[in-house]
Amino acid sequence: MSLAAPSDPAPPPRPASEPAPETGPSVGGSDDDAPPRPPFAQDWRRIARMGAIGAVGQIFISLSNMPVKLDGRAIIEGVLSLGYLSLVVLPLAAGSRVGHQLRREGVPFHRPGAHEVVGGAACGALVGGGLSLLAILIANFNLREPLVNWSPILADLLAFNRGTAFAVVIWLAIGAAVGAAAGLLRVVPPLARRVLWTMVLTLFGAAVLESLTTDLAEGMGIEALIDWFYAPRGGLTITGAIALAAGSGVLALVGRGRIKGAKARIDALEGPARNRAQGGLILATAAVLVILPMFAGKLTNELLANVGLFVLLALGLNIVVGLAGILDLGYVAFFAVGSYSAAVLTAATSPRINPELPWFVALIGVVILTGLVGLFIGAPVIRMRGDYLAIVTLGFGEIIRLLFLSDWLSGWFGGSQGITNIPGAEIFGLAEVAGTDPRSVFYLVLAFCAIAIYVSWRLERSRIGRAWMAVREDETVAEAMGINTVNVKLLAFVVGAVLGSFSGAIFSAKVGSVFPASFLILVSIVILVVVIFGGMGNIVGVIAGSAVLIGVLGGPKQPGLLAEFSEFKLLIYGALLVWMMLARPEGLIPSVRRTRELHQEELAQDAWLRGQTEDDHLENGEGRS
Amino acid sequence: MNDGERLPLLEMRKVNAHYGAVHALRDVDLSIYEGELVCLLGGNASGKSTTLKTLLGMLKPTSGEVVLDGEVVNDRPTSYRVARGITMVPENRRLFKRLTVRENLQLGAYLRKDSDAIATDMERVYELFPRVKERLAQKAGTLSGGEQQMVAIGRALMSQPRVLLMDEPSMGLAPALVQQNFELISQIHEAGMTVFMVEQNANMALGIADRGWVLQTGRVVLDDTAEALLANPALRTSYLGGGQGDGDNEAAEGPAGESS
Repeated sequence: MSLAAPSDPAPPPRPASEPAPETGPSVGGSDDDAPPRPPFAQDWRRIARMGAIGAVGQIFISLSNMPVKLDGRAIIEGVLSLGYLSLVVLPLAAGSRVGHQLRREGVPFHRPGAHEVVGGAACGALVGGGLSLLAILIANFNLREPLVNWSPILADLLAFNRGTAFAVVIWLAIGAAVGAAAGLLRVVPPLARRVLWTMVLTLFGAAVLESLTTDLAEGMGIEALIDWFYAPRGGLTITGAIALAAGSGVLALVGRGRIKGAKARIDALEGPARNRAQGGLILATAAVLVILPMFAGKLTNELLANVGLFVLLALGLNIVVGLAGILDLGYVAFFAVGSYSAAVLTAATSPRINPELPWFVALIGVVILTGLVGLFIGAPVIRMRGDYLAIVTLGFGEIIRLLFLSDWLSGWFGGSQGITNIPGAEIFGLAEVAGTDPRSVFYLVLAFCAIAIYVSWRLERSRIGRAWMAVREDETVAEAMGINTVNVKLLAFVVGAVLGSFSGAIFSAKVGSVFPASFLILVSIVILVVVIFGGMGNIVGVIAGSAVLIGVLGGPKQPGLLAEFSEFKLLIYGALLVWMMLARPEGLIPSVRRTRELHQEELAQDAWLRGQTEDDHLENGEGRS
Repeated sequence: MNDGERLPLLEMRKVNAHYGAVHALRDVDLSIYEGELVCLLGGNASGKSTTLKTLLGMLKPTSGEVVLDGEVVNDRPTSYRVARGITMVPENRRLFKRLTVRENLQLGAYLRKDSDAIATDMERVYELFPRVKERLAQKAGTLSGGEQQMVAIGRALMSQPRVLLMDEPSMGLAPALVQQNFELISQIHEAGMTVFMVEQNANMALGIADRGWVLQTGRVVLDDTAEALLANPALRTSYLGGGQGDGDNEAAEGPAGESS
């Protein structure tokens, strides 16, 4: 389908060699930019404000104990740990932000220069100064009573074990240096910036993925190479880091624009050629996902299986929230019902009924039971709208967990003891899938994810998918179109419930036991965050969101790649969510539709501001009934 | 028109309706015959929108009957009535703003399964509104007010209606567009569509309608042909702001009020 309409913001295909412009739609070309501002004619109030915010942030991060806890995880051996990295993020962000200029029509855009470096340094120094202040305070006052992390350990970390005076000076200096570097990044040509960022991200990625790459390398028998890159006690070796940085820098130079060019070429394709290209891409991804686990060890497969379980859950919730617009805050209920019904139907240890069915036969029962529970919960809930609905689903999510926990039903579900010794899933006598063999779990999850992706993809483009979106947009009008809104919403609820129950059934076979404590409200929230973070209404986005959040940070109970983060997971989830809503509300990988929605709203506003035709004027000026 | 031998296509018989405790419609009698263009006039909170909701089945009458093509449909849901040929163009158009124009049109044909006939009807909408065809892949919310009105009517036509209900077609539009909109309505009517329109702007509506009713606090107070109503001095006094003299200002004031 071609999107050739004039106001569609889809960018025209760009020549492959040309790098993308870094800023948004530029009004004036760089030729008529104003000359750089003098270095010391700064907006000092802005610097002070951002510096103060950053300083408070630094103190907060320190007192959350993140630097101390994360100091154990090295990024580059002996040079930088994750703990110290958490203390340079804010000066970098503030130093960069302070030099940010909006391109506005009629307002001169100054070419970045010494002004940005000086401003960045000043702002960075202020942010770093937050830590200097903290070092002084820790040395002179004891606030350990309310602030448990107000400790000499933190003081030593801040002072690099060299005393308070050193801490004061060094953090001012580090802040200034980092801030200046951030300002400098605005001055260097885009190509250099791109290469630098690629190097930094590669190093960070390599350090984060250490356990994954080591695991894979062992599977492929190239430990020697890995030993050269990674230090024995974790982190990149200095030689390894230099090699990686150089390699990725060269790659960024050579490959500049290639990826975007290839993407633009695929986007420009139409009809069967485009389908072929996309089909090829999907096949290649599938092939990697099938082959990769064969070389991977337990740890990687465990991680992949966990990510897959959450992909499955997020895909289900995506139908409910993303397509039908029903804000379900109790989605964990269906995960719980799926897990428990699978446990009851397969385990010999189930207290009341224990038919000990094979897993695949039990799955039929699981789907039917969860579908019924979806109907039971959905029927009263679905008649409500908006916030009321969200609150009621929140309640039902908890009710289901409390029912499993209750004494009343403990004869059936074992109360807080749960059901243990659940057998693994037998696949038609071919293989046994159980938690002891995470690779098999991953393959099972992968198969179900494939089914879920296909179902979501087909539904989105179907008549029923359109009806869901119509209900999401305007329920009253959807009803006037003849859509039975109650049935349609109920269907979304049940489809979501069934997808969630698949995840639950695999979960119980994988873990081998189910307890009410596995189905806390936190699970609902994490799934919702995954969907929002990835990009609501978008299948690829949902998968990417699961991979980043669950894979790297970890799920509610499952450790991620950065296991050190487990204590700070929720803090980072929250921060990411807030940042996401501010900076990129369409999600990590937005659906074409959502981008259109969010950005065309801006376009419409721009058009209105410019005062187009009279009827547009009235159209946008008037409030909806 | 004479209602001697012909059965009305859509009819309300002594309908009473309540919003909670509020008595919104009192013994309302309406009958719409095939091929007519009729209008229901009334001020704010006179029960115009309630009448539409009752006809569409979004509100159940407390007593009386809603009759569609000879069948009492009181207990039938909206989807059934839409399938039997009622459609509404909502006030302020209310397109699915974040869906494309094409998807909006497809949703109009939601209850239909005959994909060939749907395609033919799409073509007919393009013929009627060539500009809609140019905008098919565009998001409906980005269209101008006039274009949105075309899509709203096109969306309603996609359900192959036998009677088209129009809720305040002059609401929220600039005066020039109101004129254009009423021309559209009479154009559709001339092509054979039965239209039932609910309006505040008496002059504009009666200018194109065959017959009309005037609703006041839920009761039909006048029932006559369009010419007779226009000539009737009681129309002026029957509801505020709808008099002949200041009718032209109506369009500009339109967005300010909303009838419930």
